[in-house]
Amino acid sequence: MAEIILETQGLTMRFGGVVASNNVDFKLREKELRCLIGPNGAGKSTFFKCVTGLQTPTEGEIYMQGVETTRWMPHQIASLGVGIKTQTPNVMDSLSVFENIWLAARRFHAPQQANRKTQEIIERLALGSIARDDLGQLAHGERQRVELGLVAVGDPWLVLLDEPAAGMSAEDVERMTEIIHELNKTAAIIIVEHDMQFIRSIAEVVTVFHQGKVLLEDHVDRVMSDPTVRNVYLGKKN
Amino acid sequence: MPGSLSKDAITIILVTAILIWVMPLLISTYTLTVLIVYGMLGLSLGLIWGFGGILCFGQAAFFGLGAYTYAIAAINIGESTVPMILAVLVPAVFAALLGAMMFYGRLNDVYLGVITLVVTLILFKFINSTAGPQYLIGNARLGGFNGIPGFQTLNIPGHPDDYIWGDSYFYVCAVLLGVVFFLVSALLRSSFGRIAVGIRENETRMSLMGYDVRARKTVLFAAGAAIAGLAGALFANWAEIVTPSLFSLGQSAEIIIWCIVGGLGTRLGPILGAAGLAYLKFLLGQQTLIDNTLITGLILVLFVLFLPKGIVPALASLWKVSFGRRPKGRIHLQRRMKSRGRING
Repeated sequence: MAEIILETQGLTMRFGGVVASNNVDFKLREKELRCLIGPNGAGKSTFFKCVTGLQTPTEGEIYMQGVETTRWMPHQIASLGVGIKTQTPNVMDSLSVFENIWLAARRFHAPQQANRKTQEIIERLALGSIARDDLGQLAHGERQRVELGLVAVGDPWLVLLDEPAAGMSAEDVERMTEIIHELNKTAAIIIVEHDMQFIRSIAEVVTVFHQGKVLLEDHVDRVMSDPTVRNVYLGKKN
Repeated sequence: MPGSLSKDAITIILVTAILIWVMPLLISTYTLTVLIVYGMLGLSLGLIWGFGGILCFGQAAFFGLGAYTYAIAAINIGESTVPMILAVLVPAVFAALLGAMMFYGRLNDVYLGVITLVVTLILFKFINSTAGPQYLIGNARLGGFNGIPGFQTLNIPGHPDDYIWGDSYFYVCAVLLGVVFFLVSALLRSSFGRIAVGIRENETRMSLMGYDVRARKTVLFAAGAAIAGLAGALFANWAEIVTPSLFSLGQSAEIIIWCIVGGLGTRLGPILGAAGLAYLKFLLGQQTLIDNTLITGLILVLFVLFLPKGIVPALASLWKVSFGRRPKGRIHLQRRMKSRGRING
């Protein structure tokens, strides 16, 4: 069995009286690809924010490669070799594609090597024709792709993606899927996603969140046919 | 930034040499000296605001601190070399502490503005209230609202009796501005500078990429304060007196206006804005018909309305449109729109 590289124990996040994440125990193994699904307000994004350090959990612990990272800040977690992409496109709009990716590469490489690394990623993601354009001028799909480039250039061993397929055309989603599969060869990946079609095309094991808790964790086909999951998504009482 | 650092160096040397030769034919060197000092002060805010995204309402605090440090140290030491160095270091250390408090405390931009503003006010009030003989640092009396006059002005290092004044002082200031400009260019070309611009653009993204935003902002803030401190020391030497008005809110506000008018995100803009507006103020000061601040205010309003990016960026894009190659981005956009048209049609 591959090693566990991410683990949360009793992860709880309260906002006043609202419990957004409730006693979540979660394990992820090396090079695993896991999708987190669930209806709005199920606690997926809160879980994501706690793991990435964007929020500090009220209770519980988070371990990455055996190191406790519960109260760490995002830059410390990213420095471990964790690639993070947030929900909305989060890029440097007035800088070029090259400069954006170079800045990400520079964190882990010396300047010259960062240049080479950036060039490599630009070729891999087929961004060559727009490398000198400012990100602000690009279409949504292209910006999402560049943001994946920012994640990939650091050679991460864990990649956390929040809704990578949101608002993208079918063609863009296809390309995104390819990139994610390629990343998955060297890194474990967690994807928070709404788009069921996308999840079917990419996932094997899926974790279903509901009311801040983990409802179910199983193979994607069994999850899709599970009556409780259907009820949760259709809003019926279980 | 296009080009390379060695090209920058050659351009800076040439432009500085030409300006040193031409400008004294138009304006007296005494006035030019203070314009240069203000230019350096403008550049200090232009660096941290335009390239680091840190809007500091208290740049005058570092300017004043530099001037006072110089004056106090010069009285005590009697030679100008160490006081000059101290005038750069003291504001830098002060800014590093203040910056660390603000950035590590995760204060947002609004509070940052308020705190820097309040710090300036505190220094202003404090220095104003030091009129009594008990306010003494070594041999230097702080002097309250009267300020500190009669300190040792700039001398050739190691020769306290060989003063640098008049035209020579103008040359020293001009060369120093050239050197600072070069250092700022080098900083902006370095990884540190590029990362600072990244932080200006998107702090969250940069921290998600593993950069400690707080530390980098603190360092940049201190670098800006060091430049402001040097400008302060040069000002003290020019005026041969330091007074609390150096710390005034009016001074702080003026620096911000220089940056807006000259153009943020450029190195040259804040210098031109500072020198231009200060010279205008000097000219307006010779008449009594219209109030000075009224004109400055009017200029600010007009720029914000009609030229919000400032003079230098506007000139740069005018140059590009007239003589330069068309920016690649636009061609690309046109091509994309055409291809989209084909698909739709």
